[in-house]
Amino acid sequence: MYTEKVMDHFQNPRNVGEIENASGTGTVGNAKCGDIMRIYLDIDDNQVIRDVKFKTFGCGAAVATSSMATELVKGKTVQEAMEVTNKAVMEALDGLPPVKVHCSLLAEEAIHAALWDYAEKSGIVIEGLEKPKTDISEHDEDEEY
Amino acid sequence: MNQTIYLDNAATTRTNPEVVKAMVPYFTEHYGNPSSVYEFSTPCRQVIAGAREVIAKSLGAKPNEIYFTAGGTESDNWAIKATAEAYMAKGKHIITSRIEHHAVLHTCQYLEKRGFEVTYVDVDENGVLKVDELKKAIRPDTVLISVMFANNEIGTIEPIKEIGQIAKDNDILFHTDAVQAFGHLPIDVDEYHIDMLSSSAHKLNGPKGIGFLYIRTGIKTRSFIHGGAQERKRRGGTENVPGIAGYKKAVELAMASMEEREKKERRLRDHLIARVMAEVPYTRLNGHRMRRLSNNANFAFQFIEGESLLIMLDGSGICASSGSACTSGSLDPSHVLLAIGLPHEIAHGSLRLTVSAENTMEEMDLVVDRIKEIVGKLRDMSPLYEDFMRKQGSF
Repeated sequence: MYTEKVMDHFQNPRNVGEIENASGTGTVGNAKCGDIMRIYLDIDDNQVIRDVKFKTFGCGAAVATSSMATELVKGKTVQEAMEVTNKAVMEALDGLPPVKVHCSLLAEEAIHAALWDYAEKSGIVIEGLEKPKTDISEHDEDEEY
Repeated sequence: MNQTIYLDNAATTRTNPEVVKAMVPYFTEHYGNPSSVYEFSTPCRQVIAGAREVIAKSLGAKPNEIYFTAGGTESDNWAIKATAEAYMAKGKHIITSRIEHHAVLHTCQYLEKRGFEVTYVDVDENGVLKVDELKKAIRPDTVLISVMFANNEIGTIEPIKEIGQIAKDNDILFHTDAVQAFGHLPIDVDEYHIDMLSSSAHKLNGPKGIGFLYIRTGIKTRSFIHGGAQERKRRGGTENVPGIAGYKKAVELAMASMEEREKKERRLRDHLIARVMAEVPYTRLNGHRMRRLSNNANFAFQFIEGESLLIMLDGSGICASSGSACTSGSLDPSHVLLAIGLPHEIAHGSLRLTVSAENTMEEMDLVVDRIKEIVGKLRDMSPLYEDFMRKQGSF
């Protein structure tokens, strides 16, 4: 059901943990729906993401997309990090099953939420960044009868 | 590669080699169509009649009350749809429980879209049907009560005798989905006042794709599959003769070994529960402690999500299942876990382990060790756990 890369990032997730006094943190998702992601960013004075950590409550795909998203933003400037979209995360994982696409959206949203927190704290504007939604859910259950 | 530890016997069971052996001749030698007149097909007719007898005897029923189907889902569909249609003139109200299998629930929803009314009676925190609510739900136009014998997820055994008596006293038909119970618990259709009962062979070490519906003599029911004289014209189509032969053997074996199997399963299962509850904090056991199927353990581990747990267990060769949304293909976790009052986030962290008498104590210990390790790892990764621990620390 999952690609090798998804399985790898699920079983050996990169950057799990917390950052004390992080430059920005963001938590998105909803326990009711079964996914919560929290991202911690450590950003230096040149707006480069020096370190990133995550914690995720969710399925294999949720953990893998969090892990991959942190890998993709690490070492990038905050502006470059904006280019890490859910598509980029999915591609880097060699794809996700259709029912798990929302996990990659959540990963993108978690990064954005952490960036938003950083921008607010440091009083800067990141181009293209919008105030994150705190709750992401998809309701597209198919009609059965 | 790890050795497989199979703990998903509520999903399906290993086909007993003796069952396979009993089936083979009906593929290779006795392949005649049971409906044909010639002598060549006689063994096929005989094994079908024999199976009907064995099954009927195991339930205290008559052979002509047993109708073969393709499995539990078909039996449930038939029992509910055909009864609803046949008794429409009397009324269009059905009562069932909130924790039925989807074969029953979705069939009821289908009927609701076609003008029937359905009352879904609640269960208590252990998954036991609220009998008082059932009584209150009865109306003059109630034609059918359908309540499962035992729940497939949490293993709770329902008060079937009491429900059957209530149905009988009110002149309402009583159907029970006994897919998890038949062959595992003693059932007598007269003693329990059961009018219809669904079963599936592969839950009792029989083959997949064969089940039966027991229909008490005298009950009006419509043909479910049209197109042949098989099953007294009620379920057309050439019989699954090898399947029926396998079912016969599976029932014979299950009935003969019931007590002994139950004892073995209970010993394994109780050990599993005792260790998990003692060694994994923030865990709850779902389902009734005593009144439950001997093979069933169902846990909810706080702060983690079930699919992650399943994949990691799979990595160790352990087969289990969960009621998390991710495993159900929707955003909602199991309707059964919600019905017993679990909040969504806890229901997402459920794990069902269903043992068989073939499992060993060593396997139980290995599985508990792995669960401890995996739950710990997932909690370390969980923002919910982080928040919880922070809160704990601040006191």
